Amino acid sequence: MINIRTSKHMLREINSMELIRLAEADPDIFVLDADLMSSSGLKAFAGKYPDRAVNCGIQEANMMGVAGGLSAVGFIPVVHSFAAYAVRRTLDQIFMAGCYNQQNIKIIGTDPGVCSAANGGTHMTFEDIAIMRALPGITIVDPTDEVMLKSLLPQIIQAHGVAYIRLFRKNKRVIYRDDTEFTLGKAQVVRPGTDITIIAEGPLMVFEAIQAAEKLEAQGISAQVVDVVSLKPLDEQLILETAAKTGAVLTAENHSITGGLGSAVAELLADHRLGIPFGRIGFPEMVGETGTVDYILQRFGMTHAEIAAHAITLVGEKDEQ
Amino acid sequence: MNILSQHRSLELHRAAEFIRLHSMEAIGSCGAGHVGGVLSIAELTALLYQEVLRYDPKYPEDPARDRVVLSKGHCGPALYAALALAGFFPMEELLTLNQNGSSLPSHCNMHKTPGIDIGTGSLGQGASLAAGMALGLKKRSSASRVFLILGDGECNEGQVWEAVLFAAHQQLDNLIAYVDVNKQQLDGYTEDICSLGDLRSKFESFGWRAIQADGHNIDELHNATQEILRETGRPGIVIMDTVKGKGWSGVDGKPGVHHVPISSEQLEEARKEITHRIESLTAQLEGIHD
Ligand SMILES: Cc1ncc(C[n+]2csc(CCOP(=O)(O)OP(=O)(O)O)c2C)c(N)n1
Repeated sequence: MINIRTSKHMLREINSMELIRLAEADPDIFVLDADLMSSSGLKAFAGKYPDRAVNCGIQEANMMGVAGGLSAVGFIPVVHSFAAYAVRRTLDQIFMAGCYNQQNIKIIGTDPGVCSAANGGTHMTFEDIAIMRALPGITIVDPTDEVMLKSLLPQIIQAHGVAYIRLFRKNKRVIYRDDTEFTLGKAQVVRPGTDITIIAEGPLMVFEAIQAAEKLEAQGISAQVVDVVSLKPLDEQLILETAAKTGAVLTAENHSITGGLGSAVAELLADHRLGIPFGRIGFPEMVGETGTVDYILQRFGMTHAEIAAHAITLVGEKDEQ
Repeated sequence: MNILSQHRSLELHRAAEFIRLHSMEAIGSCGAGHVGGVLSIAELTALLYQEVLRYDPKYPEDPARDRVVLSKGHCGPALYAALALAGFFPMEELLTLNQNGSSLPSHCNMHKTPGIDIGTGSLGQGASLAAGMALGLKKRSSASRVFLILGDGECNEGQVWEAVLFAAHQQLDNLIAYVDVNKQQLDGYTEDICSLGDLRSKFESFGWRAIQADGHNIDELHNATQEILRETGRPGIVIMDTVKGKGWSGVDGKPGVHHVPISSEQLEEARKEITHRIESLTAQLEGIHD
């Protein structure tokens, strides 16, 4: 049974506290923000290490280039903006500094997908995983809760290269036990099952997937829920094993169904000739709009109810095969 | 020179207060919003929609209309209040701001709101969109003009300056910009985060006509606007000296007022202050014969 609880802290506070802790031991960690330090929680870091934090102002592309320069002289820049601006606004800068010049840049994009709620369609980012996944060598995570963030952040800081952390900054929901350890590239079975695998990512959709699995159990369907943990590198081995074992796969992501988790898993299954019932839950090809998270998830058919319904269809197809 | 009569000037000042009032009602109805930057452009939006712009609220798509680009797109509520007062949609709709399924998202969306010419909210981009509109309208020999509203913090964005260079080079004299110099951005004072230096000489050295004006003084704003509209061969900008949160003592000139929650008590307080000014302007208007 998964014990879901509420933390005292939002993910952004945990993120800032952990960076402060890591920066104590590592004098090279350097934080950059683009007039969103009050939103990112990184004001706390800047207060503690004023010499290793710069608020660049509203100039994300310049900030990303500056990060590349800081890296070139040995720093580990941690760069923040809202996901929309951290990724969409700075793509060529990320490519040039991070990929072409292979610099060491840690990008934090807050409020990915639907999480920007009231800020609306301009701030909603349904394509950031797709964009970043196409860049060579990049690590992508969407920490499900604070336990995962605390476990992954030191690994991300330590490994040279570009990492992109999607961060639902106000999330307080905790799914994992405090002592759970995570590894980049290793997915996590959240709930065992035998009839179908639901592979989910991030705080919203892992939670929806767990609820869907509970719903399914009441209807006699045993769903295995897998938290992908890192979207890149993908835990190919675990996904192939669970797909083979359960014989049906459904993905659930706070992102467009194009190019994100669902696409990554579909590519993997196709590459390995695993022709099993498969489906994707996520945003269709469209832009976002203002609304609460629950409203938007409902509007686009992404809640646990739709996950469960889709899973039932896939399990039914299995029987026909 | 087309100078406003005292009567007209008071009327426009009163319209600005109505815009403040209705913006606050809208933000109050959803509990939080970008109060600071909304209140600092009340006079500008009043002047534009009540005096300067050419438009037909019954025909928002009219190709002959002037275009408005609110590049600091998070300040939609000020524009919505001005649009509702101008008759683009019913006043009651203002109270749906940011609600699920609303046609009034706090950041402007041209496909949801009648009278919005282009969607904004990603800072800096409105400058280029406005330049493109101005270029296109010129190519079509249109007499329509493009009115661009920028934030001062927004001028941190390199894209603003690319557009400024471009517009000067293309001699876009159908483009008029306003920068709302309310001295603050999201995290604090612009001076402390990324100093802009002397904006007027910057714009002038980039080839624009630039005029400084008190952004809360309708007559100054109007005169500066008229002067720039007469300009040929180059775009122009009004550097508006403003106060973030102007017009409600809860936020007026205070730090940390970019995006704030509004309780019903605060809304009532703002309502009282603004209504008081509206009444006093009405009394003054009644004492003057136009
Ligand atoms: C490209 C981009 N980066 C960041 C933001 C988040 N943001 C919204 S408003 C704002 C501050 C804007 O300051 P300013 O232009 O001075 O506006 P005003 O003070 O008039 O509200 C920021 C950083 C954004 N909307 N777009």
